[in-house]
Amino acid sequence: MNLIPGLIGIAAIAAYSYLFLHAESQGAVLGLVALAAVGVPILGRFGWIGQASRSLENNQAAGRVVIAVALAALVWLFREENFAMLMVASVLFYTVACLGLTVQFGYAGVVNFAGAAFLGVGGYTSAMLAPHLPHVLVLAIGGLLAALVGSILILPILRTRGHYAALITVAFGILFRQFVEVNDALGGPQGLQVKGMSLFGWDLNSPIGEFSFYTNYVVAGLALTALAFILVRRLERSWVGLNLDAVRLDETACAVFGIDVARWKILAFTFGNFFAGVAGAAYAMMTGFVAPNSFTFADSLIMVSIILLGGLGNAWGVALAAAIMLVLPEKLQALQEYRFLLYAVLVIVILMARPQGLIPRRSREYFS
Amino acid sequence: MDVGLLGQYVANGLMLGVIYAMVAVGFTLFFGVLDIIKFSHGDVLTVGAFTGLATFIGLQMIGVASPWFQVFIIIIVAVAATGFLGALIAKYLVLPLRSAPPLNILLLTLMLGAALRECVRLFYPQGANPKPFPRLLPQDSLALGSFTLRLDNVILLGAGIGAIAAVHLVITRTRLGLAIRAVAQDAETARIMGIHFDRVVLLTFALGSGLAALAGVMNGLYYNEINFSIGLLLGVIGFSAAVVGGLGNIYGAILGGFLFAALQTIGAVLLPAIFPGLPSAYKDVFAFAVVIGFMAWRPTGLIAERTAERV
Repeated sequence: MNLIPGLIGIAAIAAYSYLFLHAESQGAVLGLVALAAVGVPILGRFGWIGQASRSLENNQAAGRVVIAVALAALVWLFREENFAMLMVASVLFYTVACLGLTVQFGYAGVVNFAGAAFLGVGGYTSAMLAPHLPHVLVLAIGGLLAALVGSILILPILRTRGHYAALITVAFGILFRQFVEVNDALGGPQGLQVKGMSLFGWDLNSPIGEFSFYTNYVVAGLALTALAFILVRRLERSWVGLNLDAVRLDETACAVFGIDVARWKILAFTFGNFFAGVAGAAYAMMTGFVAPNSFTFADSLIMVSIILLGGLGNAWGVALAAAIMLVLPEKLQALQEYRFLLYAVLVIVILMARPQGLIPRRSREYFS
Repeated sequence: MDVGLLGQYVANGLMLGVIYAMVAVGFTLFFGVLDIIKFSHGDVLTVGAFTGLATFIGLQMIGVASPWFQVFIIIIVAVAATGFLGALIAKYLVLPLRSAPPLNILLLTLMLGAALRECVRLFYPQGANPKPFPRLLPQDSLALGSFTLRLDNVILLGAGIGAIAAVHLVITRTRLGLAIRAVAQDAETARIMGIHFDRVVLLTFALGSGLAALAGVMNGLYYNEINFSIGLLLGVIGFSAAVVGGLGNIYGAILGGFLFAALQTIGAVLLPAIFPGLPSAYKDVFAFAVVIGFMAWRPTGLIAERTAERV
């Protein structure tokens, strides 16, 4: 099958992203939102979206090149715009963290309503360690510490099911926020300053020429996201992913077939928290500070909303939903005050009208 | 430690416990009839408290001065309005999603809670700021040595226990209660027996939400201040209490409520006494850590959920 529909699809998405990031007036932003809300269902009705995605699936290598080119073009066009680049970088780091949650919720079916807490573990790690250690190491330690902190919860999570397991992570998320708020060594309610990232001698906080310094973070974020993306996609396609899916769908049947349910749940939970920790460490270095108020229960809810909105278990959906959830309220200044209400209503509408998410995960295909 | 001070802590803990228990009973009722967790429960409580406050302001405007009459009207209006809200939520949001995965319902109600919270913050006049709640109960106090017993606390404690007892009586002694228990036990069979399923669910949600509104008003009368986010923490605590007690069991919910209050009090009093230098602000950290540890020990709560008998 030819590459043309996929090419047109990616070009259309890139053009839309450009217009959206560029739109200044509220009228233009609202017009673009309306365009997407009306246009996407119409394109879907004509079968064009299906055609484009099939075309990309059949030409995976070429598709990747096209996507990389489109991304590079977008970054190039906005290289001097602080605000646009900050938003893109935030979307990228949130995508990494939410890919971690996807492994937990979407593959193994382990619920985690404390995503922001694990993001916070990474953030506070980079606040404490960034002045002393190479930053690649700090990112890794941020992830490892998040995984380690998460391992406290493994025993209660393995022993409980359903709502009881949900409570454990909800309680942990609140516990974490209260803990950093009252802990003076971690800066209390004011939080801590974080040093800017520097990778292999490249200081990301010093802009290159006229570029915004956030462009550096976008490049680093793209590298991190690509890495996380490849890892998660490989994991999904591998026998490990198959085991995780089996654990989610029917624990009893798994146990009967000799699949170690506990082992796969632990793996998925640890893996996901590691991602959140790495993303949190990188995000904190970009924004320059960490404070308890950035890691509230509401933030965890936003992360869960992202993965559900995108389509549970779908890595592409995560990126799309992260972009919608993070960029839309920033762009709609008139709605800035109402953004949490907007989130909440949006998620409720999605859950009522399209519970499978924007891009539902497809079933496995082994013989194509 | 001074006995009077200890008594003060116990009195405070009991007060918190009864409010938590009232919230937890709501969670457990909803879980009983529909097997779902309605996470917006805490924010329904906030709506109840704010309805009470608005009623008070309205009563002042039309010139009603008697505090007892004011309290009476505030409670009636708050409970009725919030009960109605609870029934609306059940009818239009929860019942249509009954067959969806539990995760979706949990997220839906979490988001509904966020929406209610934001509505209070944005649409109540200056809703983002804490609001003073009127002192309507008699402020007399009885000094017993170094321990002062405040009359309003005694009234609130009595009212809370009375409300829980009333709900318990409704469930065990009335036809509605029988229907609720039947639906909780087996919805399918209950329907075959001619029980109007939807109506029972709506009434259960109204009952639980009304109880939450009463808890919200009591919370306001106790602290003399309410703000738009009281429901978030109270909701999580109520959920914890219901789960620690064992979901679906009304005694478990009451037990869990008082247990959580006891944990917080211990965290505030005992921890700084044992480990000097540890501020009492760690009380919630301590309480939630114990809850997590407890769940590892008793995964289905103190009074384990049984399919044969719920609610």
